[in-house]
Amino acid sequence: MPEPDPQGVSLLRLAHVSKRFGGVQALDDIAFDVRPGEVLCLAGENGCGKSTLIKVISGVHRPEPGAVMEWDGRDISGLTPSEARALGIQVIWQDQALFPEMSVAENIAFERNLGARPRLVDRKSMRAEAAAVLARLGVDIPLSMPVGRLSIANRQLVAIARALVAEARLVFMDEPTASLSQRETDALIAIVHRLSAQGIAVVFVSHRLKEVLEICTRVTVLRDGRLVGTYPTAGMTQARLTELMTGASFDYAPRPETRPAAPLLELRGLTRHGEYHDIDLTIAPGEIVGLTGRLGSGRTELALSLFGMTRPDAGTIMWQGQPLRMRHNRDAIRMGIAYVSEDRLSLGLVQPQSIADNTVVTVLDRVLGRLGLISPARKSGLVRDWLTQLRVKIGQPTDAVSTLSGGNQQRVVLAKWLATAPKLLILDSPTVGVDVGARAGIFAIVDELARQGLAILLISDEAPEVFFNADRILHMREGRLIEEFTPARSTLAELEEAVHA
Amino acid sequence: MPEILRSVGATERWLMVVIVVICLGLSLATDTFLTLVNLFDLLNYSAVNLIFAAGLLVVLIAGGIDISFAVAASVVQYLVVTILMQIGGGNWAIGLLLAGLIGFSLGAINAALIYHFRLVSIVVTIATFNLFFGLLMFFTGGVSIYALPGWLSRRIILFEHETASGWAEITLPVLVMVVMLAATWFMLRRLNLGRQLFAMGDNPEGARRLGINLGAMHYLAYGWLGLCAGIAGLMQVHYAREVVPNALYGRELEVLAAVVLGGARLGGGRGTLLGAVLGLALVSITQNGLNLLGVSPFAFRMIVGLIILIAISMSSETLRGLTEGLRRRRIREAQS
Repeated sequence: MPEPDPQGVSLLRLAHVSKRFGGVQALDDIAFDVRPGEVLCLAGENGCGKSTLIKVISGVHRPEPGAVMEWDGRDISGLTPSEARALGIQVIWQDQALFPEMSVAENIAFERNLGARPRLVDRKSMRAEAAAVLARLGVDIPLSMPVGRLSIANRQLVAIARALVAEARLVFMDEPTASLSQRETDALIAIVHRLSAQGIAVVFVSHRLKEVLEICTRVTVLRDGRLVGTYPTAGMTQARLTELMTGASFDYAPRPETRPAAPLLELRGLTRHGEYHDIDLTIAPGEIVGLTGRLGSGRTELALSLFGMTRPDAGTIMWQGQPLRMRHNRDAIRMGIAYVSEDRLSLGLVQPQSIADNTVVTVLDRVLGRLGLISPARKSGLVRDWLTQLRVKIGQPTDAVSTLSGGNQQRVVLAKWLATAPKLLILDSPTVGVDVGARAGIFAIVDELARQGLAILLISDEAPEVFFNADRILHMREGRLIEEFTPARSTLAELEEAVHA
Repeated sequence: MPEILRSVGATERWLMVVIVVICLGLSLATDTFLTLVNLFDLLNYSAVNLIFAAGLLVVLIAGGIDISFAVAASVVQYLVVTILMQIGGGNWAIGLLLAGLIGFSLGAINAALIYHFRLVSIVVTIATFNLFFGLLMFFTGGVSIYALPGWLSRRIILFEHETASGWAEITLPVLVMVVMLAATWFMLRRLNLGRQLFAMGDNPEGARRLGINLGAMHYLAYGWLGLCAGIAGLMQVHYAREVVPNALYGRELEVLAAVVLGGARLGGGRGTLLGAVLGLALVSITQNGLNLLGVSPFAFRMIVGLIILIAISMSSETLRGLTEGLRRRRIREAQS
């Protein structure tokens, strides 16, 4: 028996929703409700069933028989995607379904172009409609600019605007802040509050717990396809939320202060015009140096020069006391520099290829047997070693990388670079798209590597991440290093204030 | 910059500059290039390729590619002329209707294979290219047709003017080309269907989630190219006054290169009709100029290939990249 709606105020109410894919129970007896105009968070680790739940609500998947789905008190089980849209349920996916070559106006008002019957395109009213929606959001984006040339934050706003054109009453945002800087995130949060004030309910999916606690009134936690519970965010802490999501508790403490050894890498006045200026930086073996700053502060650009991908215009790079000039990144790899890129999905891995092939791609010359052909025995030996050492959870080394979760993919990227036996490891935003439990695992590995004597440059725009995992933190802004923090002698609040100021 | 040029993309502007330079050079180097007779002949000859280009642009924008359209046009030529002779000649309206219909059907075969069997468009159309051409050669035995309906063998002249160097004429294919270009432009830019084609080429998954009927869009794109190819085939008969089975063989790559030169992206979502027309104009004017300069026809293809390579690598984005590199080097030199 479905329980009656206690206050009769729910916009959407689900009960006993289950979903099975083959032998996998993706959702198991979920109850979920959203009230009009509220901001609710859906939290849980990757693979806990969040996406499946969104897909059930948006009509993409049909739940198993026995599920109760109500919208405004009316039964909506057996929903199709177009019916869900007609009700006002809109999903803004992480991989936004926008058209990069088309203008902002056309992207927002594209619904007017739909249908199989030939019809004239009414550009004027499309522009007017797009302008009206953007005004409602309180943002200013040039209407005729192709979406592909906008920043990721602005693309997100275009996606939200498109949902509003469709008269949304419930908007799902799947990890909307994953690639936004703090300022952009703040702007997005302001928009979410604005939607909420206009009576539009927002369900926010995010890995950033701090954000979740700041903007949502309630949080629904899923774990392994089951409902853990729905809690008010008042009085909730990040530690408690992590515990609910992972079923385990983690405690965080900054690393103890260490005495640095002779530097492995030393930068003096390194400059590349328009990207970074006058950078002085040292890293010693066994040291983890955090590099933080907002998106666009020049962090990634600096990393690319350290990896030999771009050439600095001025300044010197000293490597083990000798000046180092790199013509391309093969020189960097030969010197023992490894770079784990920010964009793991497109740059770090060849998704459809096997885990094993991805792992050995950097060291193909070391798995050659006689006649210079790849030796299967050496290859599988090397792959086995690294996968065990990094505790990657996989089925078979021959499975495609795309079958792995975010955290395990990140480990394969690490394995690939560690196989080159580097002395310096540059990690650029290693936890983007990786959930809380897996993050701790990755940092345990990073810590272990530092103990083995690797120098590590950890780039991240999440202040807590560098605070709890680095020995020293450098703060970069507008291409310059402006401050240095030692976590053992400062507080997270100080760092966050500096970065977000 | 004049208002009218501002709405024109960078690729198109660049092509215009190159074309103007080549035309100026040819006008000075030969006394035959800048004559009404030569320019009209160039137009008459290019009309067929321009119709092909308009159709191919639609497929490229939709995110596909088609190699088979030129031999499909040959098949249409044979079928239409054979049918017309059976019914006693017909007229130009019946001819165009038949050519468009058969062309559309051949394009629909490609669309069906690509959409329903989820095959890659280049593989499918390489296969149908061989299939169409093989069937044509098998059934005709490679024999040409010279007996044409009266209206097709006498050129339909729309405009003529006597000049010192002979009669300058504009023939039916030019009018048909103008109509087909206008129709293609209208469909792509002014109809919701064209916008859906752009959307599909730009982001197929996004288009599917919005509820665009991808199947219908495939039939529209490949069918439109088939229609254009059929009509272009008939116009080529009108120009050549004979049906030769392998006359259009190889034309597909020439047109494809010209359309890509005009800024259409292999992979979909980007391309303009003006760009396709300019790309084709560049190639045709070059060939015409080489001919007038007395260059060996064997050198044509080599030179056209070189021009395409240079034009593509000199596109505005590459130029920007080059100047950026030079600027950096200057800064480095100034500092050391």
